[in-house]
Amino acid sequence: MSNSIQRTRNICVIVAVGIFLIILPHLIDDYFVHIATTIFFFGYLSMAWNILGGYAGQFSFGHAAFFGIGAFTSSLLQVHAGVNPWIGMLLAGIAGMLMGLFIGSLSFRFGLRGAYFALTMLAFAEMLRLIAVQVCTVRYPLGINIPIKGNSLLYFQFSSKVPYYYIMLFMMAGALYLTYIIERKKLGSYFKAIRENEDAAQSLGINLFNYKLLAMAISSFLTAMGGTFYAQYYLIIDEEAAFGVAGSIEILLGSIIGGAGTVLGPLLGAGVLECLSEFTRNVLGGYSGVHLMVYGAILIVVIVFLPSGILGGLKMAFGKLTKKGSRDLWVF
Amino acid sequence: MTIPSLSLLLQSIVNGILMGGVYSLVAIGLSLIFGVMNIINFAHGSFMMLGMFTTYWIYVLLGIDPYLSLLFSIPVLFVIGLVIERFLIAYILDAPEYNQLLLTLGVSLFIENLALFLWSPNFRTFEIPYLSKAVTVGTLTMSLPKLIAFLFAVILTVILYYFLKSTDLGKAIRAVSEEKEGSLTVGINLRRIYYLAFGIGAACVGAAGTLTAPFFYVSPQVGSVFVILAFVIVVLGGMGNFIGAFFGGLIVGLAESVGAAFIPGQLKQFIIYFIFVFVLLFKPAGLFGKAHE
Amino acid sequence: MGILEVAGFSKHFGGLWAVKNFSFELTEGEILGIIGPNGAGKTTLFNLLTGFYRPDTGRAVYKGENITGLRPHELCKRGIVRTFQITQPFANLTVLENVEIGAYNRIPSSHQAKQEALRILGTLELSEMQNELASVLPIGHRKNLELARALATQPEVILLDEVVAGLNTKEVDDMLEQIKGVQKEGITIIMIEHVMKAVMSLSDRIIVIHYGEKIAEGVPEEISKDAKVIEAYLGEEYAFAARE
Repeated sequence: MSNSIQRTRNICVIVAVGIFLIILPHLIDDYFVHIATTIFFFGYLSMAWNILGGYAGQFSFGHAAFFGIGAFTSSLLQVHAGVNPWIGMLLAGIAGMLMGLFIGSLSFRFGLRGAYFALTMLAFAEMLRLIAVQVCTVRYPLGINIPIKGNSLLYFQFSSKVPYYYIMLFMMAGALYLTYIIERKKLGSYFKAIRENEDAAQSLGINLFNYKLLAMAISSFLTAMGGTFYAQYYLIIDEEAAFGVAGSIEILLGSIIGGAGTVLGPLLGAGVLECLSEFTRNVLGGYSGVHLMVYGAILIVVIVFLPSGILGGLKMAFGKLTKKGSRDLWVF
Repeated sequence: MTIPSLSLLLQSIVNGILMGGVYSLVAIGLSLIFGVMNIINFAHGSFMMLGMFTTYWIYVLLGIDPYLSLLFSIPVLFVIGLVIERFLIAYILDAPEYNQLLLTLGVSLFIENLALFLWSPNFRTFEIPYLSKAVTVGTLTMSLPKLIAFLFAVILTVILYYFLKSTDLGKAIRAVSEEKEGSLTVGINLRRIYYLAFGIGAACVGAAGTLTAPFFYVSPQVGSVFVILAFVIVVLGGMGNFIGAFFGGLIVGLAESVGAAFIPGQLKQFIIYFIFVFVLLFKPAGLFGKAHE
Repeated sequence: MGILEVAGFSKHFGGLWAVKNFSFELTEGEILGIIGPNGAGKTTLFNLLTGFYRPDTGRAVYKGENITGLRPHELCKRGIVRTFQITQPFANLTVLENVEIGAYNRIPSSHQAKQEALRILGTLELSEMQNELASVLPIGHRKNLELARALATQPEVILLDEVVAGLNTKEVDDMLEQIKGVQKEGITIIMIEHVMKAVMSLSDRIIVIHYGEKIAEGVPEEISKDAKVIEAYLGEEYAFAARE
């Protein structure tokens, strides 16, 4: 298949899917709009994680650190200084990015890699959570409440779920596009080089520290903005939802299950996990941690049988049937 | 921050050492697994939780004293560890490090949330009179269960030490831990050593669970508290280093207890995480260990 | 004045000097061979020259600029690149992507980098494998890929670390032709080698290293007759290709 025919085909597919997703909320009822929004939400967060974890190969087990900073920044600014949540979202992203640069500078300067880096991120997230607990215990025992402004685009609050859906659809599509661009360009190749072999990457002119830090900056910025969305969606944020380990795990699972280091993997993974989670909740009911049990089982199955995630597995199966190189199948 | 009185400080030192003994046992299991197989066992905390629940249910259903149930929890956790190694860990021994960590994460997620589902998040405690007794030495009081826990932990640690040092199997385990290729050439069955080491590691932390249950609360979420603690200790003492894990446990127990005397509430956990990050950044080989790369 | 001047490089580990007071000058456009018995310090020297180790003492000046202690990526930007003795491909990336990454050193555009990578793959007979994952390549192609990737960075000096190790006779001959071709493009080459045939036939000059020190320097014929060199190799399983 020639390049331009392929490109036309791909654009048609994207446009068709886009149109479908835009009219979707008018075809389904509120519950499913919420599901779809949640899928986009976790897909977005997973894609943010994927930049640092899947592409640059630095797995973080503590991305809740950035998520929480984002949520708390915009919420506290709104509550105490009346800062508009949209501006708050931007500031949240910056705050998250600064934290990312701080943690990254320390970690990468001292050559923290692999499991040690993953656990260090977890430690930082937990430290932030403990600080948040201290902050919340006295002033916000049930969490920070976003002041109710009613249905208002200006104040990033809506009485219906549909506007939230569109906002998250937009954010998710933006992250998807960003990942796509990175993947095709020098930046993505350099990230992958770092992931694959740091010594070789260095010898070919790649400044490991700078590029790892760049990946971290992008990842933490996006993740933090996701925190703001969450706060505005649920209108309340507590330290557990913001900084909890469960959050860090859910963020990384999307990419692991769907396929780390791919464009669509994180979204696919998030979709699978969210559907499973809802299914579990409906069937087994009960405690909020129940879906995590299923996540644990899925994670085990994927790591043992499909270590490159669902997309990785599909790529292998496809590769055996056809003889195409990975570049040809744009979708992956 | 408050400045404690001298007697309070001494008391917290004593408590720190008592808890430290138990922490050591937890960490030694984790360190053994890492030393032999190079696996960072995220599920370690959930094994401890299972040890606690084994003790709890045996007490509730059979009325057996929690310390006697060591006779159950040790073999039960040993078998659980063995099974998990044979059917899960064995498949990812050659996988990239991240995948190994993710697998054990998956195991811990599954076990903990299954426990949550079956047994609810409610805290459970033992209502046994002698557990609330204390031993007084001068101005210092030591809670009886903590003292018993410390004594048993030290005994188990010593038993494990001599096992590793003097028995053939123990020597084989140490051989694999130090020189994998070499031990293959002398005919050591690597598969067998792996699942035995994993089983022993699980048994250690399961025993620690049993010993802790009488004075700590029993709940499915307890594991995550201890797993981070175990990581800190192992990193501090040097991954794969037995002696390091032992003294690391005492140090962390002291740091936690003495820290709590100065800093209120949850922030004492902050100290633990801080030590963790600090050591990883500046002295990743730990205070005692050589880098296990 | 050579393109690269190294003066008094020393590096110790624990109490042991791996490289001691090593000095030499690299002439632009030459092929300089570095030989020595096992454990003589060749690898350490290489790591020093390519920025993976920092010298304890000594200076390196490249085209008039003091480059002592610069990291590998900084050296690459200045035109000094290396290959690895045990090949270090980006395993899960395609052959093409591997070389593109090298090309990005000078070429920011992804389209142009791809073109350049394809061109280089062509010269090293790797075009057919451009979409294969680097991990599936047999050793001959892997070595070629290693070379292709380094060449893509548009270097002025290339350091080859035992580039013919593990190759069969034909592959060695092909590789030697490749290296001659690289020299023709004006690139200066330093090669560490154990395979005497390769280094003797290719090098313009040879330096012999033993116990971390330079014990001889000269053209191949001189080296093969040097008493100190022969003594250093006595007891090793080496046959001098020049004598055969």
